Amino acid sequence: MEFFQAIFNMSAASFAQHMVNGISLGSLYAMIAIGYTMVYGILLMINFAHGDIVMMACYFAFFGITVFQIPWYLTFVGVIIATALLGVVIERTAYRPLRDAPKNSVLISAIGASFLLENLANYLFSGRPLRFPNIELLSQNIAIAGVQVQAISLVIPVVTMLCLVVLLHIVNHTKIGMSMRAVSKDYEIARVMGINIDNVISITFAIGSILAAIGAIMWGIRYPGITPLLGVMPGLKCFIAAVIGGIGNIKGAVLGGFILGLGEILIVAFFPQLSGYRDAFAFIVLIIILFYKPTGLLGEKTTEKV
Amino acid sequence: MANKKNLILTILLLIGCFALAWYVNFETDSYIRRVVNLCMVYAIIGLSMNLTNGFTGQFSLGQAGFMAIGAYVVGIFTVPVALRPAVFYAAPMNPLIADIYMPLWLALIVGGLLAALVAFLIGTPVLRLRGDYLAVATLGFSEIIRIVITNAQTITNGALGIKDIPPLNDVRYIFVFTAVIFIFITALINSSYGRAFKAIREDEIAAEAMGIDLFKHKCLAFMISAFFAGIGGGLYGALLGTVDPKNFLFTLTYNFLLIIVLGGMGSITGSMIGAVLVTAGLEFLRVFDEPLDLFGMAIPLFRPGFRMVIFSVLLMVLVLFWRHGIMGTREFTWDKFIAFCKNPFGFFGRKGARKA
Repeated sequence: MEFFQAIFNMSAASFAQHMVNGISLGSLYAMIAIGYTMVYGILLMINFAHGDIVMMACYFAFFGITVFQIPWYLTFVGVIIATALLGVVIERTAYRPLRDAPKNSVLISAIGASFLLENLANYLFSGRPLRFPNIELLSQNIAIAGVQVQAISLVIPVVTMLCLVVLLHIVNHTKIGMSMRAVSKDYEIARVMGINIDNVISITFAIGSILAAIGAIMWGIRYPGITPLLGVMPGLKCFIAAVIGGIGNIKGAVLGGFILGLGEILIVAFFPQLSGYRDAFAFIVLIIILFYKPTGLLGEKTTEKV
Repeated sequence: MANKKNLILTILLLIGCFALAWYVNFETDSYIRRVVNLCMVYAIIGLSMNLTNGFTGQFSLGQAGFMAIGAYVVGIFTVPVALRPAVFYAAPMNPLIADIYMPLWLALIVGGLLAALVAFLIGTPVLRLRGDYLAVATLGFSEIIRIVITNAQTITNGALGIKDIPPLNDVRYIFVFTAVIFIFITALINSSYGRAFKAIREDEIAAEAMGIDLFKHKCLAFMISAFFAGIGGGLYGALLGTVDPKNFLFTLTYNFLLIIVLGGMGSITGSMIGAVLVTAGLEFLRVFDEPLDLFGMAIPLFRPGFRMVIFSVLLMVLVLFWRHGIMGTREFTWDKFIAFCKNPFGFFGRKGARKA
């Protein structure tokens, strides 16, 4: 009952406002979740450091624009390249040596990489929150039909959709995409067929990190406080988004991201008293989904083989 | 005969350790006492984490959350009633619990039981998940526990934390808890439950085919682990004299991860060794957080935060190059120890030969 009352009490304008916020947050989650789902699809491991790659990308942008005074569009290109390199370097140093190790060791290594990035950021850039550089063009408020929105909130979904289209094209219609699908289908057979596994994995990490960098830039403009632990909660939630959609499935990750982003914003909008618990929402959805559909919404059914 | 000898040796060792604890308690300064206490508390929590992660093979990262529950129960119930209005100055304490006072040992056990209950509630859905999903879900729940604690202002004093917990600085007290938990977990691991846990770790499907109730045993391991983590957390809170939600960030769990990886996943004695090395090491590394002057030149490398960088590099190096840790899944036994004492040089050679 309370729920319906809350909906009726809300004006159309503020509802539209919340929807815009929800969709833009969902798009950001989707961008980051794609990185998790691609890595998991191929290596069957959680790249714990992915959220921290997002954090590092925010710091790169801060240093490019605020410290070195490089124009923002050039900085963004630089950030994307630097982040892609970071992703590949992490894969080479932390994950590649453990390719044949037990899964728990890889998981610990991933946690270690994530922890190292956090501590490194804390050490190098200090724990004090920094302000993401203000880009007037993107952070200004514009009014559409009486609804005040930040320009970036409208840019985020468009950029996300563009990235998704390009990514799906790469995965489905190019040679490297075909090798990625082959490796994720069967690692051993792909190797036998002459696919250079190490290259495919590096490219996967690079693509995931590029998306993370684009997501991080938009995240920074939307939510301008940068701290060393910035990537942790979004990272966990985006992994959950990937699981909800069906891990290994790119469209599923996007769907999961939207469910979490919209759900989180709308719950807080309708029940302001729950706003302290908004971070719990994702975990509860995770439990419910895994209970009823363990392979996620769009995941393929798999049977465990002995 | 050999068993009896080992038992006597173990008892002698425990008595010796207790005497040492006695000595440390009365003859050393408060800094040493503090480090020794912290070592033992970390050993308790390391052991509890090893029970799920090392022995049962369920990769859980929820230790910080369970510690927080234990620590808060100690914080809430052991602060003298007269001092409570001063502690809860922002919002008065909930009248239901405002007048309940517990001695420390009772609060520790209640905290452990509450942590076990929460573990049961979380574990029922979460333990159906596979390895790495479990890691994410438990990490998330440990953060949720922290969020709930931060929001429950009238019970936990919210973000302000609880101060004026009667400080615990008695080494013997913590030693007794550590020894009892050590003995309990050793007995558990050597019981039929322990063998079931190990079977689940080695191969879930095979274990199930052998008639082991997977869910029951996983849940049991998870709850026992949470119980001891709660007790350890309570001791940690009493040791600090104050609890605060920020003390129980998920990064705290990584300390114990390092302990069990260093000591060996699936080795009780390894966890004890790991706890001592990591705690003492973290204290030693504090040097790196302070500015260092070398030959009159300030070295800019040394400033706050450097210690944790080294700490995380250590974790990475450990898992990349020395993933079995000190003990692997082996245990310290008297027979091996005696063999080592009799022939310290031949010991390692013989082991190598056996491997080949």
